[in-house]
Order: sequence, then C-alpha cells, then structure tokens
Amino acid sequence: MKKIVLSIFIYFFSIQSLIALIEVDITRGNLDPLPIAVSPLHVDIKSQDYEGLKVKNLGDNISRIIENNFKSTGLFNPLKKEAFVQKPDIAHLKPRFEDWRLIKAQALVTGKLLVKDGKLKVEFRLWDLTAAKEMTALAFTTTPTNWRRVAHIISDKIYERLTGEEGYFDTRIIYVSESGPKSQRVKKLAIMDQDGANTKYLTLGNELVLTPRFNPTNQMVTYLSYFRNMPRVYLLDIETGVQEVVGNFPGMTFAPRFSPDGKKIIMSFAEDGNSDIYTMDLDTRVVERITNHSSIDTSPSFSPDGKFIAFNSDRSGLQQIYVMRNDGSNVKRITFGKGIYGTPVWSPRGDLIAFTKMRKGRFYIGVMRTDGSGERLLTENYYQEAPSWSPNGRVLVFYRETKAGSKGEGFSATLWSIDITGYNERKLTTKTDASDPSWSSLLSK
Amino acid sequence: MTFKKNLKNIFLVVFATLILSACSTSKKSGNIEGDVYTGKATVKYLASGVPDRVFFATNKSSLTTASRATLRKQATFLRKNKKLNVTIEGHADERGTREFNLALGERRANAARDYLMTYGISGKRISVISYGKEKPVNPASSPLAWSQNRRSVTVKVN
Repeated sequence: MKKIVLSIFIYFFSIQSLIALIEVDITRGNLDPLPIAVSPLHVDIKSQDYEGLKVKNLGDNISRIIENNFKSTGLFNPLKKEAFVQKPDIAHLKPRFEDWRLIKAQALVTGKLLVKDGKLKVEFRLWDLTAAKEMTALAFTTTPTNWRRVAHIISDKIYERLTGEEGYFDTRIIYVSESGPKSQRVKKLAIMDQDGANTKYLTLGNELVLTPRFNPTNQMVTYLSYFRNMPRVYLLDIETGVQEVVGNFPGMTFAPRFSPDGKKIIMSFAEDGNSDIYTMDLDTRVVERITNHSSIDTSPSFSPDGKFIAFNSDRSGLQQIYVMRNDGSNVKRITFGKGIYGTPVWSPRGDLIAFTKMRKGRFYIGVMRTDGSGERLLTENYYQEAPSWSPNGRVLVFYRETKAGSKGEGFSATLWSIDITGYNERKLTTKTDASDPSWSSLLSK
Repeated sequence: MTFKKNLKNIFLVVFATLILSACSTSKKSGNIEGDVYTGKATVKYLASGVPDRVFFATNKSSLTTASRATLRKQATFLRKNKKLNVTIEGHADERGTREFNLALGERRANAARDYLMTYGISGKRISVISYGKEKPVNPASSPLAWSQNRRSVTVKVN
C-alpha cells in the first residue's frame, strides 16, 4: 500500500489578533450559520505542471473542499463564488472589507499557491470582515499530490480559530464496505478521507470482517476477521498492510478497541457460551482478564484517562451499560431508562458516553454523562447502531440499515453523522454500502 | 390413597392444559409460538428424521421442549455415526447490536452443544462458531424471518 503519512512543514505563523468580533458557538445547535466567503486560492503564474495534476485548477479545487468541509459542520454558510467582489490575488493581499460585507460575508478565506520543483507551497489567511482585520494565517510546503490534505488542514485551522475547538477535517474513517444480497453479504475493510474522497479497500472480501477501530494515537487498526473461519481479533498496520492475530485464545475474540494510549487492546473472549472482557498489552503480550461473570460482557470502551471502562452486559437480565475501574472492580450499572442499551463509547473529551438504545422496535443513538445521567437521544430510526466519535468529541458517525422486503430487497447499510447537539444529521457518501465506521484522530497532529 | 393420587394427576393434567391453552391463545401466530419458530420451512436434515437446527426466543439461549427433542435426535444420530464431527453455528436476528449478537450466537450454539454432551456426545466432536446477525437464513425484515434466524445449526464437518 502507498505510504500515506506525508510530511507537511509549517514554516510561518502570523500573530493571531486577540480581539475578534466573530466567533462560532458549537455547544448549541446552530440555526444561524456564519456566512463565510472562501476565495479560490490564487495560483502563482510561475507554477509548473506536476504529474498530471491540473495545477491551474488547484486553487479553485482546494477552496471547494474547504467550503464542503464548512458546510458539513452546519456551523458555516459558505457563500456563492459568483457574488465575490475581488480577485483572489488582490483579496489575499488585503481585502476591501466594506465590499465583502456588502455580500453579507462575515469571514473571508484567501490564499495563494505555487507548484515548483516538485513542491506545493500554500499560504492562506482568515479575515474577520466585521472587525476588518486578519485573524490567522499559515503557510505550508508539501508534495503536490497532498493537495486535498492541504485543504483539510486549512479547514481545521479556520475551524479552530472560529470555534475555539480542535478541527476534525484532516481525518479518515475506516469502515466495512458491503455488497451483494442481504443473506450473502461480501464485506471488506475500507478507508476513506472524512469527506468521502480517496476510498481504498484493505481486504479482498474473501472472509467476513467486522468492527474495525482506529488506534487513537496512530494509524493502526484493530478488527474482527473470520479468516479460516476462526473469528479472531486482528491488528492491522494500514501503512504496511501487515496484519496479525491478537493473542492466542482458544475461542472467538471480538469487540476490540484500543486503550487511549494505544498500547493495549481491550476485547471480549467467548468460551463455553460465556463472553468476558480481556486486555492484551501490545508490547509485552500480557493478557489480563477484566470481567469474570456468567453473563455476556462485551463492547468495552476505555475512558480517555484510561482509568475506567464502559461495557455492555446482560447480567441484570437484558442488555445494559455498566462502568467499572480498569482492573474490573467497582462495577456499576449506569442505564436504567426504559428499553435496552448497547455499544457504549466514551467521548475523547471524557464527559459523555455515546450509546445505542433499543425500545419498542426503534433504535436510537444518544449520549449520556458517564454516570448515566442526562440521557439525550439524538436520532431515532428503524435500525442504527455503533456510534464513533470525531476526535474533538463534537460529532458522532454511525450506521443505519433499512427494512428489507420478503426477499431481502430494499436493504441498505449507510453511514451517517450527527452533532451531539442533535442537529446536523447527514448521510456520508460512500462508494458501496457501509457499516461499522470508526473515526481516526487528526493525521497531522 | 389411589383415588387421591389419581385426583392429583387429573388436577395436574387439567392445570397443564390450562397453561398451554393460555400460551397458545396469547402468543401463537402462524409458525411462531411464544416468539420461537416452530415451523419447518428453513429446516434441513442431517439424516432422515434428524433436523439440523433449533430455534430461540428473542435475546434468549434457553432450549424449548421441541429444541431438546431435536437435539436428542441429533445425539442419537451422532452416537450411530461415531466418526462424524460437527460444528454448531449460533445465530441471532438483525434486531440487536452487532457485538452483542456475536456473544448471543455463541451462547446459543453452546446451549445446543451442552445438551448434546449430556446425551453422551464428546465435546471434542463438536466445535462452535457464532455468526451473530451476519448470516440470516431469511433476509426479510419481519417477525417470522427474525424467528427463523434466531437459531443454532448443526453442520457436518467430515
């Protein structure tokens, strides 16, 4: 597989103005998105062609990716380019603020790029049109084929500047690609950029694969594979393609996730009809048993400080969510609402647990505080489950299945995202049917 | 004494009939009884008169009377065919979370395995695999399909 990690050098950072009049509050549903103008980046006339890349269009293409990212947040309203009042190169030097305000823009993004000697140099500026000043500016050098990532990094910087939160655009989503009739689905691991671009398949579909999850500290993945018809947890390095079985268990291992430091895998091991939770240290290979109960214990997820584990158990009769210390002590049930609960996933910010709730034949994705209080159901559907957090803890991605007809017709599996405010529900674009999404951490962090 | 004993037996029979009729009137619809599939539409046979699968109630892995009868037939068949090994595949319906269904399928397959073992079949001859909700026998989204999919299936491996 082609090497994905690319070096990006940041060589210039201007002073951020401390007082800005515009800011975006992302803690509430935003019904009044910030009008923002993203000027096409000016392409320097000294630019050279590069390996079939249409360098001439690069400035426009980067600006469109930025617009698409902003639009997907629901927090920004990118304005139509036809209304723009200044040429990109001139606006980038210094915009005529009053003219841009006329088209009701409150923020403006400008930039320029140069492709020369096999390198792409990009710089951009974010302008506060209300206060009539520059808010932030940044320049990079990278290989020209990296241009999409440049657009995502610029988007992240602007999002951070305007919301005060870390961005999540320079990220990827790993998921299970599905094809074929419902009773004979072919499933492959697939990975794509957060915006749906650059889809790659990591397995061939010869064996059933399920529940891929990113290591929060790097680009390793753990997942369940039925290779040789033995369902086991695997570890996959998506850069080298090398995979290995995790541990040496005599039966099915499943429901894997990484610890927040990326050093352990936590998972279920099923033996003689009983599933319990185990960890394995990836360096020392030491396996530790965490739960020992005759019920089903599965879907474990660490708190970001590594001290606690949320998990799913039917020890009270039906599926509920429990929290315990990382050594298995102090088990407390946290869900007592009507219905049954599954797939607890601890927010990277530590404050919330996302979950799936099933009640009266309907499926809900929701969030609650880590003691089970403050339950909020974000979305209701015929079937949906498996939430995964954006690295900044503001957005959840999950999958939905539709109701099938008597021969399985009309069945589909698709990826969706929703803000934890409950607003901005969106279908993600995937090349095939898709399920079990997992969101990576920021690539450039 | 005999009279008393007879009376007691009659009472038990009447009582049992009352319970059964109550169950069948409230829960029986088509080939589903108390949430468990009782039909033969999806059933295959290991040999003549030996059904390959048993069915379960939602979220449950306990064996019904009919399931136990099926498994006893499988045990008899396996005792007669001493060199035969089997895999029991455990399955769940599509109305649960994927990971929990994997655990549930494993528990169902083991419930069947345990029962075969109490009838003298060595555990070494029976391997178990769970597919959770991944391999529905009936792809429809209906209570009937779901009841057919909540199953454990005994498959010959040699």
